[in-house]
Amino acid sequence: MDWEFTQETFVSLVSALPLTLSLAATAIALGAILALALALARTSGILVLDWFARAYVFVFRGTPLLVQIFLIYYGLSQFPAVRHSIFWPVLRDAYWCAVMALSLNTAAYASEIIRGGLLSVPHGQVEAARACGMPRLMVFRRIVLPLAIRQALPGYGNEMISMIKATSLASIITIMEVTGVAARIISETYRAIEVFVVAGFIYLAINFLLTRLVQLVEFKLSPHLRQPENAAQMAIAGDAR
Amino acid sequence: MNLPLSAVESPALGVKDLHKSFGPIEVLKGISLDAREGEVVSILGSSGSGKSTFLRCINMLETPDSGSVTVGNETIKMVPARHGKSKPADIAQVDRVRSRLGMVFQSFNLWTHKTILENVIEAPVHVQKRPRKECIEEAEALLAKVGIADKRNQYPSHLSGGQQQRAAIARALAMRPDVMLFDEPTSALDPELVGEVLRVMRSLAEEGRTMLIVTHEMGFARDVSSRVIFLHKGLVEEDGSPKDVFENSRSDRFRQFIKG
Repeated sequence: MDWEFTQETFVSLVSALPLTLSLAATAIALGAILALALALARTSGILVLDWFARAYVFVFRGTPLLVQIFLIYYGLSQFPAVRHSIFWPVLRDAYWCAVMALSLNTAAYASEIIRGGLLSVPHGQVEAARACGMPRLMVFRRIVLPLAIRQALPGYGNEMISMIKATSLASIITIMEVTGVAARIISETYRAIEVFVVAGFIYLAINFLLTRLVQLVEFKLSPHLRQPENAAQMAIAGDAR
Repeated sequence: MNLPLSAVESPALGVKDLHKSFGPIEVLKGISLDAREGEVVSILGSSGSGKSTFLRCINMLETPDSGSVTVGNETIKMVPARHGKSKPADIAQVDRVRSRLGMVFQSFNLWTHKTILENVIEAPVHVQKRPRKECIEEAEALLAKVGIADKRNQYPSHLSGGQQQRAAIARALAMRPDVMLFDEPTSALDPELVGEVLRVMRSLAEEGRTMLIVTHEMGFARDVSSRVIFLHKGLVEEDGSPKDVFENSRSDRFRQFIKG
């Protein structure tokens, strides 16, 4: 391996990092909102909403993300109605097409994770809230959602990691994020090993930080699952003896 | 006090002709009950007699098929629903009435993600919109009263069953309810923890609180309650003072029941 070349490559690829992060962050944020709506539709008990959500998840989870990106980027522009609509300035932009495909895709997976979290909330917790006279929305906001999030967080962490890696597919539609820049460097230099090793390292580093972050949030959100502090200290003192 | 006579005399809780079926099984076949202020009513009955369902219909955790519930002077408005049943007309009214009824569950149902203090102030602060500082002071007094003031910053999973149930009683009291409903409060507890919960309930009875208690604790029902009701197959089989019911019951079924 050529050390100097590797360093140059690293600098070029890191300069593309903001685009990768912005793709992932936007897609995860938009996807989360859509996922929550889908999970609520799925658990609403309203048949039309339930079946819409089921169909949505079936389609977007059952087809490759790459196909979805192609369909949105190349497919939508085939329709004059789309080209003449107010959404065209957004849809003609490869960045927003990628964000859209990633968001729609992650929403399908995340909605199932959130639904699992919602279903895990024990009924007694909800009944206690209703018995206090809490309105439905307040029960959801103050009791159901906090408990569901705690339950869903590990699975959601996985989905966020998937999304970070999935941004690399955006390079196919001309977006110069980390993988896009890596592909360009390879086509100029024919040195695949160094470039892909560096690119892989960058994704690894992002996901390392992400998993730590998820762990931290998980820790902060679940003091009730840990031993109380004095009890833990007593246990340690007991072990020492 | 200058309350009109009718307000003084109207019962704290009035239940009229409650019916409830689950599928083809009719669990409540027309139960009525008026509880005066300060009355402590123990509801006895073998499993399947409908006693828990009756209690849960009072705060609409189960929707009765027909009948009415009145708390103080407010009757929950019901409207016809499908299949000849009824449902509450106004959810906001149900929520308002619920906040006047303190419910204690068999399995405590403390919110696991909140500390004991947060559990107790949750409804006063967020449902009743009372000032937080005032609620915390009151919550601390209530926790001291049920004997777990030192647990205020712990989570429910760190407490014993008896402590959790006492915290749940404090949570219900924090709403300053007119009537307390207890749904088999000691049935999920280890035998040695039953006493501490019953002691708290006894002190509430002595304060003159209006209480409805579904229980299997015969000794408690006999000593503490002012009135005992025995349900059998969805109907009131016995209703009277503990002395009357326990000593002079005309019901064979009740005598059978207390023999065990």
